[in-house]
Amino acid sequence: MKSKVAHSKKSEALAKKGRGEAKTADKWVGKPVRRIEESRLVQGMGLFVDDNKLQGMLYMNLVRSPSAHARIVRVDTSAAAAAPGVICTFTGQEVAELVKPFIEIGPGAGGKVEDLPLALEKVRFQGEPVAAVIADSKFGAEDAAELVEVEYETLPPVIDPEAAYQDKTLLHEQAGTNRIWHDVFEYGDVDEAFRRAAHIVEIDRLHFHRFTSSPLECNAVIGKWDPREDRIHFWSNNSFPAFAAQFLAPALGVRIDQIHIQTHDIGGSFGIKITNYPYMALCALASRKAGGRPVKWTETRSEHMLASAHGNERVFLDTRVALDKNGVITAIESRHIDDCGAYPRYEPLGCIIWAQVLPGAYRLKNMRVDFTQVVTNKCPVGPNRGYSRMQHLWFLERVIDLCGHSLGIPMDEIRMRNYVKTKEFPYTTPNGCVYDSGNYAKMLEVAKDLVGWDEWKEKQKRARVEGRHIGIGIGTTLDSGTNNFGQAQIINPHAPYSGQSKAAIAKLDIYGEVVINLGSVPQGQGHETVASQVVAEVLNITPEMVNVRPGFDSDQNAYTGHTGTYASQFAVSGLSAIHGAAEKLKNELLRVAAFALKAKEKDLEFGTGEQGPEVRVKGTNKAINYWGLANLVNVNNAGLPDSLADVTLNCRYVYKAPFQVPDLKRKYGNLTLTYASQLHIAVIEVVRDTCQPKILAYAAVDDCGRTINPMIVRGQVHGATAHGIGAAIMENCFYDPDGDMLASTFSDYTPITAMNMPDLLYGHIETPSPFSYNGAKGMGEGGAAPVHTVCAALQDALYPAGVVIKNSHNTGNGLFDAVHLAKSDRHAGLGVKTQARK
Amino acid sequence: MPIQLKVNGKPYELSVEPRLLLVELLREDLNLTGTHIGCDTSYCGACTVLLNGANVKSCTVLAVQAHQGEVLTVEGLARNGELHPIQKAFAENHGLQCGFCTPGLLMSTAYLLSKNPNPTEAQIRKAIGGNTCRCTGYQNILKAIRAAAGLMNSVAMVKPNED
Repeated sequence: MKSKVAHSKKSEALAKKGRGEAKTADKWVGKPVRRIEESRLVQGMGLFVDDNKLQGMLYMNLVRSPSAHARIVRVDTSAAAAAPGVICTFTGQEVAELVKPFIEIGPGAGGKVEDLPLALEKVRFQGEPVAAVIADSKFGAEDAAELVEVEYETLPPVIDPEAAYQDKTLLHEQAGTNRIWHDVFEYGDVDEAFRRAAHIVEIDRLHFHRFTSSPLECNAVIGKWDPREDRIHFWSNNSFPAFAAQFLAPALGVRIDQIHIQTHDIGGSFGIKITNYPYMALCALASRKAGGRPVKWTETRSEHMLASAHGNERVFLDTRVALDKNGVITAIESRHIDDCGAYPRYEPLGCIIWAQVLPGAYRLKNMRVDFTQVVTNKCPVGPNRGYSRMQHLWFLERVIDLCGHSLGIPMDEIRMRNYVKTKEFPYTTPNGCVYDSGNYAKMLEVAKDLVGWDEWKEKQKRARVEGRHIGIGIGTTLDSGTNNFGQAQIINPHAPYSGQSKAAIAKLDIYGEVVINLGSVPQGQGHETVASQVVAEVLNITPEMVNVRPGFDSDQNAYTGHTGTYASQFAVSGLSAIHGAAEKLKNELLRVAAFALKAKEKDLEFGTGEQGPEVRVKGTNKAINYWGLANLVNVNNAGLPDSLADVTLNCRYVYKAPFQVPDLKRKYGNLTLTYASQLHIAVIEVVRDTCQPKILAYAAVDDCGRTINPMIVRGQVHGATAHGIGAAIMENCFYDPDGDMLASTFSDYTPITAMNMPDLLYGHIETPSPFSYNGAKGMGEGGAAPVHTVCAALQDALYPAGVVIKNSHNTGNGLFDAVHLAKSDRHAGLGVKTQARK
Repeated sequence: MPIQLKVNGKPYELSVEPRLLLVELLREDLNLTGTHIGCDTSYCGACTVLLNGANVKSCTVLAVQAHQGEVLTVEGLARNGELHPIQKAFAENHGLQCGFCTPGLLMSTAYLLSKNPNPTEAQIRKAIGGNTCRCTGYQNILKAIRAAAGLMNSVAMVKPNED
């Protein structure tokens, strides 16, 4: 594996002007510090939800719908209730009497959807829970669930998003339509741009498929509704607990303080675990019914594939692109239909989140997007890694490729003509988002160099002569991070959300240990390690001296209403909170030390002495260690002066990102704080006889501003790349016309393995963000760059054969059909028209 | 049904339901929760353990099939508080992120290196072809396995559970 590091002088200079000034003296920040998490995890000593066993614990098993759309005629749990070991059962009717439907974020039709933990009257997707059985053993619950009788009367399923749009069959009758959200996003003067266009390219239909990052640990929760304190304790792997709590409290009719959520190790989420709160509600209700005994529910893989959450599916219709004579895109208009499955849950937030990257990496000024979200009889969607932006970025990358191919402009060249230029950062997009920093041209250069662009171009030429299909594709994407919840108000002006915040606590415990409570919910991103690096830097100690509590615990109070791990932001919002808390603690330590050492604060310095971390008088051996400082405040505090009365050594800090509420009418404003970017290049051969896509070379170049831990950053890039490659050529949550989910096991879904994953050529540039204290940009989601890149390479390989890549998912079968259709009718599969105007 | 087996060198006698899976025995009856369940259908390998020296997916082995057998799980790799070279190699090479697949990968690696101390890249990929990781994109796992092979060849081979 090769690697290459390149720096952008321009952006370094830019950052020096702002707050992200690159420091050079850092001991820990920016270093590949080995992860703290590794030690317990390689010994099998992680603590995942299902590893917990509590006194008197019960097990819940769910009866799920075999149909995509059906009326529930009858549910009979009596035989199950009488089975050995069964403590209680639930039907949808019983649950509906105990809870209110979950909050809906959407206004209008979307707001009328009623989402309950168990289906009531109707089922709306295959796998929807219909009844619950709670027993004193796992087997007991499973066996009894078999005895539940449910009678269904099937209804016509609505599977295709365009069919849902027609409203012939409704999922939620009370909503009156399947179109739960709609608006038009218009910026610039689109019509004028089309009047002046030198070329117009039209694309009839593009389709972004459903897939899921399917974390290896399924959803799981233990709920204990303790009657003695009337509080609900959750051991959970939900990855956005502050959001879950805000959905659970009104549904369960409790105060939010009655809900205690803790997480420990989480076996991946990638956003998919944000919407597992209906199961949390069920476990809480079951626990209350069982007299307060804890109730555990652990999802099986089939349940997960059928009914947890999938990524959004989206179709792009009637796209028209205006270009000037130089191949610069001057306008795009298009109609997008997003399919959110049976219940909106986190939606319709996805209907605005794509607009964080409205013009992608390009200088697009005039855009009109008619955006509708529909419900269908499929699994509800959740914010899957690259959430809502990846669908839009894929669309833009297809547009730019098809424009390039249609007009005969090479793929690197058309991008260079359209990229936002390096000198334009910070760059304001037509809808008011501010791209903080970047250097797309440089990334392209690094990626081309890594992959060996010129040699592959030669090989491609020779291969074409031999009748082989080799394609070289580029994907340029943005990973917008640290979102402004104010964009929710564009969806629903009454949504009580805006801004972004994270909390953290840094304290010196009674005996002087440095303890950090994270305001995040890590699932493998190494937050404990990175937090320890930042705190060690502030206090001039080593990361091993910092005790970071694993996971999240709402009773530790390190949270705000935005707390969770989502939207690529820990390096910015999470670390800002931790840094702020550590600075606050440092300031208190300084004041206590000045008193103890009878010295001036300005004469003190932090470091480590023979008795551990200490504060000392510069140039002397007068020092007080952390035990001494903690002792003075916590245990031995008689005689402390009034000037130290406010000192607690327990410092909570809330970072609030600098956002305004967007202009709702114009849909204009800064929707995210940072824009990490990815530039990938793939070389793919479509094998002649089978049309199987075979990756010959793959380069991934990343820019996430200043890196805090390069080892972790690289690992995140690897992981996001695997997800994207898997999604592009293997993974697909596909449904048949009856609404049967055809990938309900891993054997059908085929997550990418070491046998399919190519070696990655990794490159990295740094354009520090001027908007974060540390110059970092969040970067975990990765923009699903490989989906765009693989499609670009396939398009490059097959354009001469008359094939247009219209789907984000391309297996040998699909490509075989497309190639043979194009052979029989050159124009049948194209759906792309180009007209020269002048 | 009564069964006897050794797990990580320790003998057990238990009475189990015939349908109990080996992974359930390990997790629920023996509290060895390092072995995980990821898919239930033998695809993901999070449940991989060694049974009589061979790697098996313990979600597809009945507990009764392990009768009279010797099982090695991730908890049995480290000796006297010292990490096994494979564990060290994964930790040092960032061969894991969330850590859920890791125990299974460690066991598949242990099996591979017990049979083939100098595997080629292709042999390594094949050996872990039945272990799914959703976090790392396999790059650092491959690196860790190469490093583990190097470590095990350079130091005296650590044989777990043989005092």
